[in-house]
Amino acid sequence: MSDIKIEGYDFKPGFKGMAKDTGSDQTMFKGVHWGKAMMWIFLLSDTFIFSCFLISYMKGRGSTLIDWPNPSEVFGLHVFGVDVPLLLIAIMTFVLITSSGTMALAVKYGYEKNKKMCGWLILATAIGGLTFVGMQAFEWGKLIHEGVRPWENPFGAPQFGSFFFMITGFHGTHVSIGVIFLFIYAYKTFAGHYDEGKRGWFTSIKGDYVEIEILGLYWHFVDLVWVFIFAFFYLW
Amino acid sequence: MSEDFNDNKTIQAQSSETISGGGSGITPDMDYVRPAEIGEQDLYHGHSFITKWIFCQDAKVIGVQYFLLATFTGIIGLILSWLMRLQLGFPGLAPFMTAEHYYQFVTMHGMIMVVYFLTALFLGGFGNYLIPLMVGARDMVFPYLNMVSFWSFFVAVGVLLASFFVPGGPTGSGWTLYPPQAILEGTPGSGWGIMLMCISLILFVAGFTMGGLNYLITVLQARTRGMTLMRMPLTVWGIFTATVLAMLAFPALLVGALMMSLDNVLGTSFFMPTILKAGEVLEYGGGSPILFQHLFWFFGHPEVYIVALPAFGIISDLISVHARKNIFGYRMMVWAIVGIGALSFFVWAHHMYVSGMNPWFGFFFATTTLIIAVPTAMKVYNWILTLWRGNIRLNTVMLWCLGFIVTFVNGGITGIFLGNVSVDVPLSDTYFVIAHFHMVMGIAPLMVIMGAVYHWFPLVSGRFLDEKLGKWHFWLTFLGAYSIYFPMHYLGFIGVPRRYFEMYDSPYVTSAVGMNEFISIAAFIVGAAQFILIYNIIKTLKTGKPAGHNPWQACSLEWLTPSVPPEHGNWGDRLPVVHRWAYDFSVPGAKEDFITQTTPPSEVTDTKVEKT
Repeated sequence: MSDIKIEGYDFKPGFKGMAKDTGSDQTMFKGVHWGKAMMWIFLLSDTFIFSCFLISYMKGRGSTLIDWPNPSEVFGLHVFGVDVPLLLIAIMTFVLITSSGTMALAVKYGYEKNKKMCGWLILATAIGGLTFVGMQAFEWGKLIHEGVRPWENPFGAPQFGSFFFMITGFHGTHVSIGVIFLFIYAYKTFAGHYDEGKRGWFTSIKGDYVEIEILGLYWHFVDLVWVFIFAFFYLW
Repeated sequence: MSEDFNDNKTIQAQSSETISGGGSGITPDMDYVRPAEIGEQDLYHGHSFITKWIFCQDAKVIGVQYFLLATFTGIIGLILSWLMRLQLGFPGLAPFMTAEHYYQFVTMHGMIMVVYFLTALFLGGFGNYLIPLMVGARDMVFPYLNMVSFWSFFVAVGVLLASFFVPGGPTGSGWTLYPPQAILEGTPGSGWGIMLMCISLILFVAGFTMGGLNYLITVLQARTRGMTLMRMPLTVWGIFTATVLAMLAFPALLVGALMMSLDNVLGTSFFMPTILKAGEVLEYGGGSPILFQHLFWFFGHPEVYIVALPAFGIISDLISVHARKNIFGYRMMVWAIVGIGALSFFVWAHHMYVSGMNPWFGFFFATTTLIIAVPTAMKVYNWILTLWRGNIRLNTVMLWCLGFIVTFVNGGITGIFLGNVSVDVPLSDTYFVIAHFHMVMGIAPLMVIMGAVYHWFPLVSGRFLDEKLGKWHFWLTFLGAYSIYFPMHYLGFIGVPRRYFEMYDSPYVTSAVGMNEFISIAAFIVGAAQFILIYNIIKTLKTGKPAGHNPWQACSLEWLTPSVPPEHGNWGDRLPVVHRWAYDFSVPGAKEDFITQTTPPSEVTDTKVEKT
C-alpha cells in the first residue's frame, strides 16, 4: 500500500489507518480500482453460494440413512494393474494450483508491461484450466459409466451422485467461464489492447492491465473453492 | 477524518463544537477540500432512441425503467390480491375461482410483491436514481453492467409471468415454495410452474447481483470530494446496507432454487424424503425438506430488511426535510441501520418455530429476534424526536411519513408477539401472521414508496404532483389499509387459518364471515385508490405546477444539479464539493432555514452550524 500516493492525503499504518480511510471522503479503499473492488465483493457473494452448497452437502450426507460410498474406492483409478486411490484428483488439483501460479506471474508481467510474457502465461493458465475441465469431464464420464446418476448411485446413498454432480458441475462452470475469459484476455494482451487502452467490445471501458489482476482474483478464488470441494468430497 | 480538512484548525481555535462569531474567523483555507483522487468518469453517451431510452446506460433512466416495470408487476400482484379477497369475502361468487387458482394467486401475489415489486423498486428504482445523485457521482461506476442488470430483471419478470400461460399454470405452493409439496403432483403448477418460478428467481438474483455490485462500489469508491460516509443522506445508508444484505442473502435463495429445480427435473432427492402416494413409494427418498426451509429463510429474513432498510433511510430524509429539522441522532440512525442489517442474519429460524425444531434452538432465535427490536425502536424514537418541535409542513409527503410511523409501530408490536415461541405456536399460520407482515413489510414500506414518489417526482419530472389528489390517495389508502388488516388480527385470535380456500361450515363462520366481507370490500377500495396516483402522475406530467430548482428547500445533493431534471452526467462541467451533512435545517443565524451540502463554511460563519 505504501507505493500509492494521493495528493493531500497521508496514509497511516494499521488499524488507525483503516479507520482514517473509512472516515475519509471519496473512496474507502484508497487507490483501489473500481473493478478490483467489485470483484472482491462479487467473490464474497460467491463464497456464500459455495458455502450454501457445501453446508447443504454436509446436511445431506449427515442425515442420509444409506451408507455414503467410500471416496477412495469410488474415485480410484486402476492403472498398470494397481488400484491407486484419488490419482486423477491429485493430478487435477496439481494442474489447477499450478495454473494459479502462472496466473500470478501473468499479473506481475502485466504490470511490468511485458506483453509477450504476460500473454503466454495467461495462455498457459487457460490451458491448465482447460485440462482441469477435461479431466473433470473424464471423471464424470467414468462415474456415469459405472452407473452413478444424480438420482441414483450403485455404491450407496443416492445423494452422493446428486451433490457430486451439482457441486462439481457448478464449480466446473466457474472454471469454464474463467477459461473463456482467459482466452479472450490472452488475445487482448497479444493484440496490445491493454497497452493502447483500446475500448472493450461491449462495455466500452478503456483497457488496462489491471483487468488481468481482476481476472486473476477470480481465478485464485476458483482454485481456493476447489481446495474446499477436494477436502469435503474426496478426503472426508 | 479530522486530519483531512485543513479548516479544522481554524474551527478548533474558536470553539470545539460550533463556528460562531462575526466573520472574523474567515481564512483562505477554511473551505479547503482535498483534490479529487480519481479522474473524470468516462461515460458512454447514447445518441439514438434505443441507446438513450431502451438499452440505456444512464442510472437515472435505468432507475425509472426499474420503477415502471416493478410497478407494472406490482399492479398484477394487486389484481391477484383482489381475486383472493373476492373468494375469501364472497365464496362462490366468481365461478372461475377454484381452489387451484386460489393457491396459484396466493403464491404469485406473495412472490411478486416481496421480490419483484418491493425489492426491485427500492433497490433498482430508488437505488439507481438516487445513489449517484446523492453521493455526487456522475453515474453508477459500471453503467454497462447496470443496464444488463435491468434487462435481466426484465427477462426474470417475463419468465415469471409466462408461467400463467404454461400447462398447469403458475406454482401454487405458497410464496415459500416449501418442498415436498411444491413439486409433487396435486399441487397446482407442480411441473412447469415451479420450474419457471425457480428459473425466474435465479435470473433475478443474477441481475440483482450486477446492480448490487454497482450500488456498493459507487457508495464506497465514487463519492465526490468532501462526501464522507458519515455525511451521506440516510437514504443512501439504507439502500447501501440493504444491498449488502442482498448480496449475502440471495445466494441461499439461488442455491435453494437450483436444488429444487434439480429435484423437479432430474429427480434428485435433495429436499425429498421417502413419500408414499396412494400406497406406492415414490422414486424420491432420503432428502431433507427442512434443509430447504433453512436455505429459504436464510434468504427470507434478510429479505424483510432488504425491503425495510431503504424504507427506513428514505423516511428519515423525508421527515427531516418536511419537518425542517435535522434528523435526530444521525449517527445512531446509521449504526441502527447497520446493526439491524447484521442481526437480520441471525434470526431466520423464527419462521420455523413449528417445523419441529429443538426448543433451545427456538429459544436462541427468539432472543436474537427480540434484540432486533432495540435498534428498531431507537429509529422510531428518533423519527418522533425529529418531528418534535419541528416546523412541520403537513403536505402529502408528511402524511405518508406519519402514516408509515404509525403502521410500522403497529406491525412491529405484533412482531414481538410472533417472535416469542410460546405465543407464536398458537398464532402460527393464522390471519394474525398475515396481518403482522402486511402491516410491517407491506403497507409500511408502501407508504414510504408513496411518500418518496410525491417527494422526488418534482426532481424526476420537473413538476409537482397534485396535492389534493395526493391527500385523497393517502387517506383512502391509510384508513383502508387499517380496515383491512386490523380485523385480521382478530380473525387470527379466533383461530382462522391462513391459506384456506374456503371456511365451509367451520365454527368460525358466524363471526368471521361478516368480517371477511368487510375486509374484502375495503381491499377493493384501497386497491382502486392506488389508481389515483397513476392518474395523478399522468395528469401532472404535462400540466402540473413547475417545480424549478430545489422545490422543497432540501440540503442534499440530488436537488442541486445544474438542470432539473438532471441530465446524463448529473453535474454539468464541475462535480459538487461537499462541506457538511445533508441535514442543516433551521440553523440559528442562517439566512434561510436550510444550508445545502455544497455551501462552504466561509459563507456561514455567522451561524451556529455544527461541524459535521
